[in-house]
Amino acid sequence: MIYLNAFLLGGFICLLGEIILDNTKLTPGHITSIFTVLGALLSFLNIYPMLIEKSGAGATMMISNFGNLLYEGAITGYKNMGIIGLASGLLTKCSLAITSAVIFAFIFALIMKPKD
Amino acid sequence: MDKDEYQKLVKEYTPKENKLKKAFLAFITGGAIAFIGQVIASILQESFGMNTTESYTWLCLITIFTGSFLTSLGFFDNWVSKLGCGLLIPTTGFAHSITSSALDVKKDGLVTGLGASFFKLAGSVLLYGIISAFFLAILGVIIYG
Repeated sequence: MIYLNAFLLGGFICLLGEIILDNTKLTPGHITSIFTVLGALLSFLNIYPMLIEKSGAGATMMISNFGNLLYEGAITGYKNMGIIGLASGLLTKCSLAITSAVIFAFIFALIMKPKD
Repeated sequence: MDKDEYQKLVKEYTPKENKLKKAFLAFITGGAIAFIGQVIASILQESFGMNTTESYTWLCLITIFTGSFLTSLGFFDNWVSKLGCGLLIPTTGFAHSITSSALDVKKDGLVTGLGASFFKLAGSVLLYGIISAFFLAILGVIIYG
């Protein structure tokens, strides 16, 4: 069942993005930013954890999960360290996404040749 | 020929983007990526005894590696122009944006090229993600306690 949910939610999020992209003048950069903010908002409303529980990878593989992880990191930081934890914990949970993207991009940029 | 007629003619000959087909392709691609991801996550949970959070973290790493690798091979750009948001909204899009900007500016040098423009495309995701999450978290602390 979780496979079907993953397919439907992942497809729905991408469909929504494509409809916005095709019918407005927004660029892909706008779309990914909008979905990140939307993820943080859904996490704030306690909806995103529910989506992850129901449809697994359909929610965790999308860019909106980035906003969710940022929000959750900040809240976890607050629980552990108080006010200052909001800032010190913000990036903890999505550290893997940023670190791995930077490292892989750097390595591949060094060893591969750009194609035109 | 007056202006209205001309506009009509222009409209007739402008190639129509098939929005329905593009939306359908985005739906199928995004769904398929999420489905494959869920299969990988389930395999990690069953065979390697990971809990769900661990498996999704590994899945994130695998997705970013795949996106970055395919971009550096050069044919991911063609796929993106065909499949649109189906590839851009999953985390592959994040890896793609960083890798493609890194490859583009490589010729300008390590610091002035790579260093300066590394986050040219992905920067907005980081910026608005951090800003919105920070202020929402403050709001959340005030509201939920």
